[in-house]
Amino acid sequence: MSEICVENREVVVPGDVLARGMDYLPGFGTYRKNEDIIACRLGLARVEGRALKITPLSGRYLPKKNDVVIGRIIDITVSGWRLDINSAYSGMLMMKEASSDFIQKGADLTQYHKLDEYLVCKITNVTSQKLVDLTLKGPGLKKLTSGRIIMVNPYKVPRIIGKGGSMVAMIKEATGCHIIVGQNGIIWLKGTPKEETIAVRAIRKVEKEAHCEGLTVSVKELLESETGKEVAVKNANNEGE
Amino acid sequence: MPIMKVSKMAYENRTDGRNYDETRDIEIKAGVIDNADGSCYFKIGETIAYCAVYGPRELHPRFLQDPAGGVLRCSYNMMPFSGIGDRVRPGGSRRSKEISMVMENSLRPVVDLGEYPNAVVDVFIELPQTDAGSRCAAICAASVALADAGIPMKDMISSVSVGKVDNMVLVDLDYNEEAYEDGPVADIPVAFIPSTGEVSLLQMDGEISKEELKEAIELGKRKCVEINKLQKEALKNKYQKEGDLNGQ
Repeated sequence: MSEICVENREVVVPGDVLARGMDYLPGFGTYRKNEDIIACRLGLARVEGRALKITPLSGRYLPKKNDVVIGRIIDITVSGWRLDINSAYSGMLMMKEASSDFIQKGADLTQYHKLDEYLVCKITNVTSQKLVDLTLKGPGLKKLTSGRIIMVNPYKVPRIIGKGGSMVAMIKEATGCHIIVGQNGIIWLKGTPKEETIAVRAIRKVEKEAHCEGLTVSVKELLESETGKEVAVKNANNEGE
Repeated sequence: MPIMKVSKMAYENRTDGRNYDETRDIEIKAGVIDNADGSCYFKIGETIAYCAVYGPRELHPRFLQDPAGGVLRCSYNMMPFSGIGDRVRPGGSRRSKEISMVMENSLRPVVDLGEYPNAVVDVFIELPQTDAGSRCAAICAASVALADAGIPMKDMISSVSVGKVDNMVLVDLDYNEEAYEDGPVADIPVAFIPSTGEVSLLQMDGEISKEELKEAIELGKRKCVEINKLQKEALKNKYQKEGDLNGQ
């Protein structure tokens, strides 16, 4: 006899039994012991058909292929730049991936990117030993000049972006800020100081109440009262990535 | 807290009036340190442990890195004013080094760092106040803090000290009992993986017979299951509280 021992979206902790019996399959954040499926992470349990998964609520960012991240240059090597991507592993941006110019052998790479600069990059590859390759070639990938950087919990990023970028599009529209959200939990904003402050407040609210329903409405209300303007909720395309 | 003079009679009733199988009051809070990736406050009687977990993050110096999986690194520290009476000299000691090591060993079987090669998870324990059982409190706190930090774990570890004072097999000895002078005392910190009942820490100080040791360990196992419930509850409380904002 198989049975599920948790409700959908219930908070579970390591060691909790999620289901008994072989009819269910262990997904992300779970493992099988004998006949039982047991949680091995803190998060929200999710039942998807026969699979049981956990949506984590906390933790550091783990690099994943095709993620767009914001990184800070921490080192310059002979062949490229090393970036801190807010994770246990740093990313490597090779010369070839950074510029379409021909770069002379032994050239001074600081003429392209200096230390401590922030770049919007895409992860092209992650090896089993977590060596991370980055690229700057692609739509929206660029060097960031001016603006401000804030850090959020990387597991709340999907909610900050919203369905098809709707949440971040709304914040952009209401405040007039330029915003880029990296999957690694680093967010870049640029606007007037007042606009930035309002946008940061809205993002913090989303981060704090990420698992709440009706979040779009309450963020809309926050933005309206802060800016004093009507805010339209719309399903924008995913330019917020 | 004053040190009570224990009477010369055989030890039959515990000085603080507890049952032989009764732990001191336990209070657990998860997520008490904002800067850390995960944290916990664990209080058992007069013993208080704070734990902060940082990482997984890059490990330096590099020769310590393990390409096969992450490294778990514990640091146990008693604050200078934490003891009973004497000032604890700050900085590492032989004792703190040993306890850091046994903590690592007791947490290692459940913590799965295979996803984090070459990285380190740092676990810092500070004890602002101690009244015996500090390594057990530290292990309980570390286990909650690691889960709070989103580290993959097979199960949580629970730990309690058991032992014998005079002729009585007891759970969770306090300082007065550990320091009992008119008879043999055994102090046995144990840690269990509650779901399987496996032992992940077993140390002993003092003397005890084989039968009594078995009895004491069984008692510890039973109490660890209870402590495990409290640990899980504390973690859920932290997130449930956030969840209560749901829809309201």
